[in-house]
Amino acid sequence: MTSGLAKETRVTETRPRETRLQQHVRAPWRGLAFGLLGIPAMLTGAWFITVVSMISSFLGVLLFPSAVMLLRTQLDAYRSRINKWTDTRIERPYLPQPEVEPGFQGMLKRFVRLITDPATWRDYLWVVLDPVLVLFTAALPGLLVLYGLWGYVVAAFTGRWIGHYGGSDWYAYIHITEGYDKDVSRIVSTLVVATACIAAGLLIGPKMLNVYGRWGRFILGPTKKSELALRVRHLTETRSEAVDASAAELRRIERDLHDGAQARLVAMGMSLGAIEHLLDRDPEKARILLAEARQSSAKALHELRDLVRGIHPPVLADRGIGDAVKALALDHPLRVEVASDLPSRPEPPVESAAYFAVSEILTNAAKHSGAARVWVDLRYEDGMLRITVTDDGHGGATLDGGTGLRGIERRIGTFDGILALNSPVGGPTIVTMELPCALSSPKTSPS
Amino acid sequence: MRVVIAEDLALLREGLVSLLETHDFEIAAAVDNGPSLLKALLDHRPDVAVVDVRLPPSFTDEGLQAALEARRQVPGMPVLVLSQYVEQLYARELLADGTGGIGYLLKDRVFDAAQFVDAVRRVAAGGTAMDPEVISRLVASNTRNTPISRLTPRETEVLELMAQGRSNAAIAERLVVTERAVTKHTANIFTKLDLPVTGDDNRRVLAVLAYLNR
Repeated sequence: MTSGLAKETRVTETRPRETRLQQHVRAPWRGLAFGLLGIPAMLTGAWFITVVSMISSFLGVLLFPSAVMLLRTQLDAYRSRINKWTDTRIERPYLPQPEVEPGFQGMLKRFVRLITDPATWRDYLWVVLDPVLVLFTAALPGLLVLYGLWGYVVAAFTGRWIGHYGGSDWYAYIHITEGYDKDVSRIVSTLVVATACIAAGLLIGPKMLNVYGRWGRFILGPTKKSELALRVRHLTETRSEAVDASAAELRRIERDLHDGAQARLVAMGMSLGAIEHLLDRDPEKARILLAEARQSSAKALHELRDLVRGIHPPVLADRGIGDAVKALALDHPLRVEVASDLPSRPEPPVESAAYFAVSEILTNAAKHSGAARVWVDLRYEDGMLRITVTDDGHGGATLDGGTGLRGIERRIGTFDGILALNSPVGGPTIVTMELPCALSSPKTSPS
Repeated sequence: MRVVIAEDLALLREGLVSLLETHDFEIAAAVDNGPSLLKALLDHRPDVAVVDVRLPPSFTDEGLQAALEARRQVPGMPVLVLSQYVEQLYARELLADGTGGIGYLLKDRVFDAAQFVDAVRRVAAGGTAMDPEVISRLVASNTRNTPISRLTPRETEVLELMAQGRSNAAIAERLVVTERAVTKHTANIFTKLDLPVTGDDNRRVLAVLAYLNR
């Protein structure tokens, strides 16, 4: 049950590529960062439980939503870091919020909604358990490294000071007392232990982060139930959008037929009637009308052809998305290069959705980007049709800037497809789409 | 002149047969699907084939594929492809081998019997017959190419007609000018596009198409 939302997170929060060495060096400090996150989280948790204890009073009910939201914001920091630093991916598990309604009723509704969301209580559970658990998982490597560094400091001079002022302390099993600085064996042992701690910390760092990530997903991620609820919400949204879109499309086709081919056929019928009438009396006039009727039929055909092209382009039907996009590129005002690496054809509905998405993105590029060249790359990887459209324009495109990208995103959303836009000011603009789909068996060429 | 016809709509197939028969063509075979088209082309080796792009059993571009395959096996076999739609992509594929003897027309062009038969004859003779719609789109997609934008409107017109596969005489008749005027225009076009001048009509057309197809 990988929801469309799951993929969304994967694309929008891609983990930066790091070498193994970088991972090992960075992991301990990231672990410590998780440990430090616990401090504000604990404070927020304390506030939360205080509010909960007041719930029998009106004040508690009033404060509860804000406390929950505060807690969620706190824990989102964990989620985004776990997504960034570990192999685990965590979604926000929260049930959708009802529309904000004014007045007491709305407030009560919101309160009930939040207090019955299991994720709210799981969040609190996290705040209570994590400060302990993090010490034995994510923060452990960092602590080891710090302890190792402290060992060096002890061996270098702090050990002497402690002994000098008559203090007594332990570094692991090594007793630090008067004369520590003259006892070579104790100093060597200190150095050995310190180095071992640092080595161990660096070694287990990434592993511990991943263990922590799994623990994080266990508590902070959606449960099976909330995952289903999120999935249902996604499907409901995309279904109604799909229905709206196809209804609008049907209306457009109806209008085009009504104003175009149908009107021409009516005109032709009238001309033919007139010709029938004129045939004996005025053959010359009849001939002129005949020529007009033929022109009308040619125009009707032309319009029907354009209409069909808009519904389902012939090359798409014949050859599939790769060649259809190539055909699109040939007719495009910009220079478009198409690279297609698809072993066979995706399912027809996905193919069609992807085609029209590319078509619209290319139209956008011609209209808004100021680009001279566009590259389209189509490939099939990990059960996904992946399409990248790159232009060398001035960039700065946004999803909501009237570019129609939001509409494309919605339409491919019907197929659990996602769209990511990368368009820094100054360009280039890269639009990436991913549509999960199965490929048909390779088409056998007619022989 | 022997001709093979491939068209899956019986009505249109019969229409083509009777049209070509009245113009003294001999019908070697009239088939209605892709596999039998390829077989007919290779068995009969006709002087020209008239082929619908979309054919059973798959109802995709089966006719085009069969025609391309036949031309791979018998280079230069003259084929006139008919379609409800013209696609630049398919035009490019048909022209790719650069040998001529290729036609690609909208089905509506059959309405004008004289022009259509003329196109079939031209293709049979190793010439080309490209639909005006293909050519105008081809020229349009070449407008960012500066040499073409340097052509005068009249020269562009001549270029389009030439690319459709028409001879100088036909172009002159169409534009209501003298043949000498057309010759002058074509000379200008070839200089502006930096193409080698040749007296042979077919080679000239192929040079122009190759230029537009770059």
